[in-house]
Amino acid sequence: MGGISLNYLVRRLLVFFLTLWVAATLIFIIPRLAPGDPISAMVARLSYQAGFVENSDQIIEGWKERFGLNDPVYVQYLRYMGGLLQGDLGYAMARFPSTVTELVGRALPWTIGLVGLATAIFFIVGNLCGALLAWYKTPKLVKVLIPMSMVFTSIPPLLAGLLLAYVFGFLIPLFPLNYSYGFGLQPEFTIEFIANVIHHGFLPAMAIVLVTFGYWALGMRGMMVTIEGEDYMILAQAKGLKPFYVLYRYMIRNAILPQMTALAVTIGTLVNGVVLVEVIFNYNGMGTLIFTAIREQDFGLIQGTSFILIMTSALAVLIIDLSYPLIDPRISLEGR
Amino acid sequence: MAEDRKPKDAPVAGGTKKAGILNRFDNPWLNWKFLTGAGILGVLFFLIFLGYQLWDTNLALSARAPLNLPPVGFTNWRGQEGVPEHPLGTENSGRDMLAMLIVGTPRTIIVGVIAATVGMLVGILLGFMAGFLGGLFDDVIRLAVDITITIPSLLVLIVIQSVLGRVDLVAMALLISLFTWATPTRYIRAQVLSMRESGYVQMARLSGVPVRDIMFKEIMPNLLPYLAASYIGNMAGAIVTAIGLEVLGFGPQRIPSLGVAIFFSVEAAALVRNMWWWWGFPTVILAIVFIALLLINLGLDEIANPRLRKAN
Repeated sequence: MGGISLNYLVRRLLVFFLTLWVAATLIFIIPRLAPGDPISAMVARLSYQAGFVENSDQIIEGWKERFGLNDPVYVQYLRYMGGLLQGDLGYAMARFPSTVTELVGRALPWTIGLVGLATAIFFIVGNLCGALLAWYKTPKLVKVLIPMSMVFTSIPPLLAGLLLAYVFGFLIPLFPLNYSYGFGLQPEFTIEFIANVIHHGFLPAMAIVLVTFGYWALGMRGMMVTIEGEDYMILAQAKGLKPFYVLYRYMIRNAILPQMTALAVTIGTLVNGVVLVEVIFNYNGMGTLIFTAIREQDFGLIQGTSFILIMTSALAVLIIDLSYPLIDPRISLEGR
Repeated sequence: MAEDRKPKDAPVAGGTKKAGILNRFDNPWLNWKFLTGAGILGVLFFLIFLGYQLWDTNLALSARAPLNLPPVGFTNWRGQEGVPEHPLGTENSGRDMLAMLIVGTPRTIIVGVIAATVGMLVGILLGFMAGFLGGLFDDVIRLAVDITITIPSLLVLIVIQSVLGRVDLVAMALLISLFTWATPTRYIRAQVLSMRESGYVQMARLSGVPVRDIMFKEIMPNLLPYLAASYIGNMAGAIVTAIGLEVLGFGPQRIPSLGVAIFFSVEAAALVRNMWWWWGFPTVILAIVFIALLLINLGLDEIANPRLRKAN
């Protein structure tokens, strides 16, 4: 396998790095567009809570000097970019000794695991359902059952999460409603721990799968309908190839590439959904981290978490986009 | 001569009439998905309208009703029963749920309408320009679209809103529309590129039709069903984003929308206090809105694409 055209590779990498740069720059510029500066805002908040803060002007000046807010904007920008390149996202103000990198490092794996598993499930289940919906050999019963299972499609994962949490976490308490593993357990590679993680992650993952797989089924079905009209399908049937062989080699293989392209486009939406699902289930991933950061008004943590999540999504898109030749051998021939 | 022609024309006229009736049933717009979706939204709007006429919408403000009452026919954990003055119950700051739904539903939908409209207008403009002008402009637009689609919108909006604090709904909708222009732009650009080479556009060009007329009188009408589908999809997406922001606490708090109602309920742990009416009713209404939008979207897809239509 191999050989994506160089042009494509360069363009994809360009988009990737530009995305990171745009995101980083936006995150740098946005707070500076607002009136006031973060230090004054924080002191104002303090004095609002305490009634009065002694020598507030000097505190503000001192901190401004210490954080380099008195330097010209381009110096601040360069320093900020330099920090990002070294993975330095600064301190989490509300939990001082911890750095943002530390907190993110603890939360990110859980989110990646949750999104990754949910994506694998809805992509496989969705595409299979779609293929079965259009396939001429599918039993009637299945063709009725699949659309019925798609009622949740189009509802945001957040709402599905609420419903699932209420029904299976509260009314029938089958699943726990917080954290990614039970208290008192040490993260280690034992069956008990893994089972516990699956137990905790099941409902959040389901909230995403239930509302998304229908889209993929519909998309796949549309593609399959087009393919069924192609001449090579008639030839395959005329040759007497086994129906399952035709379904997999002739239909699914041909339709899966556009589905992968679509997947790359929806990663952003997916991450949006996961952030909120985590909040509902108190899952200790990036979403909950952002949520607590918003509550603590810890601006540095909000920025850092957002940036890392944006970076992760961009990376996921890049990986999907570069995996096309593995999925469809025709790609490597094109553009040469 | 005139008399000669009449009997000849008569059967033809009858024929067209018959075809007319047939055509009416064969009309792609008579798509059950599209009609059901539109019907659901229609009924919902009618109910909201009725609600505004018949119910006191001031009850949606806080401290206008007793706290934590369940809907009629249920009891809450304190053993209080629902009262007919507040048929759908109340929440913990004394807002009447029915009034909250009546006021909140249109406020939630309007965010989607504004964001999708702005996104569509920008998308039409940029998409046509990129498709027609090509060159460097096209490259820049394509890059911008790719980047915008890759970035999860919610995260940037969180950063923006945590600086701005709580903003009103229109401002929130405009912020969301920073991200809704990308999909229509990409779509329209692709269509314009393929249509630019088609026979009828070449013909129009040769006949000296101005570019503006080619864009809006020749190409646009062909794109309408697709644009409508993309508009509806964008609207649903914008509403999802808005609800997300609201649930994170960035919504307007005095007069709540449905997302803000859910935010309040999550904040107050309504889930484990078994106050299902608090988050449940907004969730159900939102689910109905989303299902209706999806049906309209699918219907429009089938209207635009005869191949999908045949499959049914």
